[in-house]
Amino acid sequence: MSSYSITEPSTPQKWFAGTLVVAYAIITLLPLVWIITTGFKSPVDAIAYPPKVLFEPSLEGYVNLFTTRTRVSPETLEALPPPESWYEEIVRNRDMVIAGPSRYGERFLNSVIIGFGSTFLSVFLGTLAAYAFSRFKVPLKDDLLFFILSTRMMPPIAVAIPIFLMFRTLGLSDTHLGMILLYTAVNISLAVWLLKGFIDEIPREYEEAALIDGYTRFQAFYKVVLPQAATGIASTAIFCLIFSWNEYAFAVLLTSGTAQTAPPFIPTIIGVGGQDWPAVAAGATLFLVPVMVFTILLRKHLLRGITFGAVRK
Amino acid sequence: MAEIIIKNLRKNFGDFTAVQSSSFKIEDGEFFMLLGPSGCGKTTTLRMIAGLELPTAGEIYIDGEEVSQKPARQRDIAFVFQMFALYPHMNVRKNISYPLVSQGMAKAQIKEKVAEVSRILGIEDILDRPVGGLSGGDRQRVALGRAIVREPKAFMMDEPLGALDAEFRERMAEELRALHDRMGATTIYVTHDQLEAMQMGDKIVVMNHGVIEQFGTPQDIYDKPATMFVADFIGSPSMNFLRFHGQVHTGATSIRMHHVDLSVPAVREPFEGDMVYGIRPEHIALSDSSESRGEVVAAEYLGTTQIVTVKTASGNLKARISSDQPVRSGEQVGLAFNGATATLFDNQSGKALRSDLNEGVLAHV
Repeated sequence: MSSYSITEPSTPQKWFAGTLVVAYAIITLLPLVWIITTGFKSPVDAIAYPPKVLFEPSLEGYVNLFTTRTRVSPETLEALPPPESWYEEIVRNRDMVIAGPSRYGERFLNSVIIGFGSTFLSVFLGTLAAYAFSRFKVPLKDDLLFFILSTRMMPPIAVAIPIFLMFRTLGLSDTHLGMILLYTAVNISLAVWLLKGFIDEIPREYEEAALIDGYTRFQAFYKVVLPQAATGIASTAIFCLIFSWNEYAFAVLLTSGTAQTAPPFIPTIIGVGGQDWPAVAAGATLFLVPVMVFTILLRKHLLRGITFGAVRK
Repeated sequence: MAEIIIKNLRKNFGDFTAVQSSSFKIEDGEFFMLLGPSGCGKTTTLRMIAGLELPTAGEIYIDGEEVSQKPARQRDIAFVFQMFALYPHMNVRKNISYPLVSQGMAKAQIKEKVAEVSRILGIEDILDRPVGGLSGGDRQRVALGRAIVREPKAFMMDEPLGALDAEFRERMAEELRALHDRMGATTIYVTHDQLEAMQMGDKIVVMNHGVIEQFGTPQDIYDKPATMFVADFIGSPSMNFLRFHGQVHTGATSIRMHHVDLSVPAVREPFEGDMVYGIRPEHIALSDSSESRGEVVAAEYLGTTQIVTVKTASGNLKARISSDQPVRSGEQVGLAFNGATATLFDNQSGKALRSDLNEGVLAHV
């Protein structure tokens, strides 16, 4: 047991701490609120100066995000049958017709495949490697661990050109597999180190008890160690997902069509004519949802993961 | 149930030798103690027998079968860990039934077995509780339940009482011994607590620095120590050592120390050089007629007995005498040694010299 003070803070101290927390929350949440509200503004409101805090909500940004539209002459518009849906009506109010769906859905799906795929692979490989490093006599263990860590000692983008050439030669450019492998390679060092810390903390006796109780090493691993490491696996998965989900530079460089993820796509929504900020904001808002949901689902584990090691048993 | 034979068992961790060529035999149904200070290799020896550590060299026979290189799961033994190592994500019932699940036993049969074991251990009412909130004693019982439910050939216990508080430890020690007597299973028990070893064990192996110092019944080990280490480690207060220089011939029944003759059990080997006269505190009495004199330094009252520390020409001695006898600090007293119980040691090697007292016992080493 450590000997920290457990005295109740005084009222001014509490007020000070409270103010600090609220101020910090405002600073961090304000941009988020701005993005989310912009998604529901009309293009005019979005660029109004002074900025509008109160506005008439509109779904135009979301309609524009998911569709491609063509401008038509008023005569053609007149000649058309009446709009069949609410989103067609929104588009026609701007003298346009829907030409087809946009690529956002496809790009979003790419992000999901690549983000979750690489997260799964990083955590899967990371757990196995971390277990081996934690429990077995691996020759050159310390050197290998240092090597794994050293892959993150420079920004990954510094090796963008060799990776670009490599991907081109191997035919991995603009493929889902290529992006999954790349993000896994970047994340794996974090995964191995984080998970090794967690697995080191699990007493060996649990596995040994299972070995004696008639289980093989692998059964002991997945029946006894894995449930114990759930906290670590969850927090590692969140970190890996956040990285691969948000990654922009490599996505721009290595994907253009089939495997393009959402981050490089969202800026292209802005269009060539007017600047369609609501559509960009809508794209960004939707893009936030999966990571938020994932984090909320695992937050119980994450919280334990963050305070991990803080309490001595 | 099984007999366990250890032959020339050795374990190196890199350059460090944890266990040096050990051999001993554990009879079927014996409660066997591995005793020694921490780092002496007792736990490593136990882990090798259990299959959690592979020996560098040597053989282990469980029930006649050589198992030294086999994985733990093929040895049919149970292990009770110091920290209990109950699976934290399972409740009590699941913990106890886990070894049976691995054997693919039918559910109904598992249920029956678990019920039987929990009745023996008196833990029927906590079967559906998670293990996290259990008291130390209940955890211990669950760990025992997990061990006995499978009816293994032998039990290994690594300081199973070490994590319990003193009060509870005594009760669990009794429960453990009663359980052993009821099941008659071969048990190997590791401890650093000499009292625990004496109290529970049928036989004791005393280890130090990876070497077996002595192997025998608690009485033999206490009364006829093979080495000065054993004499010192066992007993509280430990054996008195009086160092002197001299020689003994075969058949001698007394030694001369500081111009006083002290009787010893008939010596069976001649020796000349630095020797140690070892005598237990309870074999020293206060006697005014004795030639050996000393000054009382302190007296510790222990209820029925008291430990009197006496300063003599050969150093401080501790005597355990009846509390009825009044003793004052600073008082001059005479000391009478019960020579029939004394052991002579070679001061250099620490080994006991053979005598009529310990002849049979030393042959084991």
